[in-house]
Amino acid sequence: MASDRDTILQSLRDSQAAASGDLPQVRIRPEVYADPVAHFSIAVESVGGRCLRGSREERVALIGQVIESTAARQVRWEQLPGDTGGTLGAVESPQSLAGVDLLVAGGRFAVAENGAVWVDDGCLTERAGLFLAQHLVLVVRLEDVVNDMHQAYERLQSADFGYGVFISGPSKTADIEQALVIGAHGPRSLTVVLES
Amino acid sequence: MASHGDNANVFVRDEGRAKWHDESLWLIRTKRDSVARTVPEWEELRTAAAAIKEYTVANLPDLLERFETNARQRGAVVHWAADAAAHNRIVASILEARGVSRVVKSKSMLTEECGLNPYLECRGVEVVDTDLGERIVQLRNEPPSHIVMPAIHLRRQEVGELFARELGTEPGLTDPTRLTEAARRHLRDKFLGAEAGITGVNFAIAESGGIVVCTNEGNADLGTSLPPVHIACMGIEKLVPRLSDLAVFTRLLARSATGQPITAYTSHMNGPRDGAELHIVIVDNGRSELLAKKDYRQALGCIRCGACLNTCPVYRRSGGYSYESVIPGPIGSVLGAARDPARHQSLPYACTMCGSCTDVCPVKIDLHAQLFGLRRDLVSSGAMTSGKRSASRVVSWVLQNPRAYEALGSAARFISLRLPWLARFALPAWFASRDLPEMPKRSFRQQMEDLGGE
Ligand code: SF4
Repeated sequence: MASDRDTILQSLRDSQAAASGDLPQVRIRPEVYADPVAHFSIAVESVGGRCLRGSREERVALIGQVIESTAARQVRWEQLPGDTGGTLGAVESPQSLAGVDLLVAGGRFAVAENGAVWVDDGCLTERAGLFLAQHLVLVVRLEDVVNDMHQAYERLQSADFGYGVFISGPSKTADIEQALVIGAHGPRSLTVVLES
Repeated sequence: MASHGDNANVFVRDEGRAKWHDESLWLIRTKRDSVARTVPEWEELRTAAAAIKEYTVANLPDLLERFETNARQRGAVVHWAADAAAHNRIVASILEARGVSRVVKSKSMLTEECGLNPYLECRGVEVVDTDLGERIVQLRNEPPSHIVMPAIHLRRQEVGELFARELGTEPGLTDPTRLTEAARRHLRDKFLGAEAGITGVNFAIAESGGIVVCTNEGNADLGTSLPPVHIACMGIEKLVPRLSDLAVFTRLLARSATGQPITAYTSHMNGPRDGAELHIVIVDNGRSELLAKKDYRQALGCIRCGACLNTCPVYRRSGGYSYESVIPGPIGSVLGAARDPARHQSLPYACTMCGSCTDVCPVKIDLHAQLFGLRRDLVSSGAMTSGKRSASRVVSWVLQNPRAYEALGSAARFISLRLPWLARFALPAWFASRDLPEMPKRSFRQQMEDLGGE
């Protein structure tokens, strides 16, 4: 008996004359914002997040404000842009991050068009932390703000990651009567720190 | 099987709900319009998306093989399922072999189509839907009524009552924020205790072997980053050739769906987590048959954004359940009737031919034209109901006979102006929720003559 795999592929091959057409070339006029950073911060606010700006030296103070405003007690720092040295030691299990109040992680780049920040497992101990933490801070270098998703995927073309995610704002839902509620399953707040 | 019209009758009986349903969906449509307008190259994106999907459908077997090879290389286990039964068997056997009895699942219309939940539940597996809307309908033992907003048909009071009963919230609680908070706590425990996570797939990338899942709540990520087993179930049509194609689709999907610039989480998984397993189940279940139908294969390009539902005047006023099909609305009518015309024969008629669905579809599926084609097929195959058939014959004869047309026109004007009760008496069903428009005293032709025209 033929396997399901062969059955499916065969019936697909039978059902059309031949594989056809060339791969369509996508040539979309790219978004070019006069001030991508300003556009990004407006976009982040529009999806329910916050955007702060500061220098590398101001990092601790800026994030300190977030820790204070969220009253976070258990704070966890992942590897941030510009940090040298290895990643944090492995944790016992992803579940053990359940008690984290605030996670500070590094984003590789940010997208002005939609306020998204790309985070991947290259600088995370356990990706579960991004979703278990009650509050999330993502630190991105100012020069790593790209205009739109086309530029974003261009950057990812050569990137090597097992897991990566565009995060745009805190977790949210509108499943009860279309009323927007921030903090569905994941973080209740998202702060992006753009660092010069 | 009840017809769409009969089911819609039940829905509109609750006037308040029907009106509210209509207005909530229209609001989402308006949001979609305003964000789409902020993207000057919107139409170019739609054209590109349609071209990529057309290419994908035309080259599906090769792309699937490429995807399989690359996904395997990344450490995923790839399974193939010709139909729903095979899909359910595969998922169950993965779980059984690992002794899994607690599963968290994020939204997947495919597993809904296959009836996975009841299949697993019969085998002693607890399956918890984790998308808030899906959890709500799951606790009510209902299917989703919308592909993006599964509980769009429910009011907050109903959710409050449900949560009071099932989750122990205080009776009378109706505040969405507090209800969501209760669900968050309830589901957190489920996530932390889960032994496996099941997700759908929004996009599978042939050139990289990776999969992409989009959510706003973060439930797919929690469900796949905690337990040691992730099973991703995808229809064969979910492929895109290249990673860069995602730029086009991620720009279109959330804007079309809810008016957001992108979903809160767009998660890319290339192979399993360290120390965990990733199983990808590729499912046909009638899709290759649809692909063989030249006129309808375009429907395989659907990215399940729900925009055609939100805009559809029939869906908005009749609710998801009236379609009796896993996927409701214009795309559901096409998929249902193209697959099983006899079973879904009323669906091609659940359409006003306004074409609004076609206008909003991000992948430019000719939805209303397809529905028209499906009507034609029903007529030529003789599957049309006798009432509809005689009515169409009469209309067709009238439209071909100018005199008859004129005579009927003046009769209609006479009745509506002088004897409206007669019309009401003759067509009670039609008048149940409608009124005659105000008729002019003289026909268009007569008015033209008055003006001295031809
Ligand atoms: S048919 Fe088009 S508009 Fe409708 S759900 Fe699919 S992609 Fe969206």
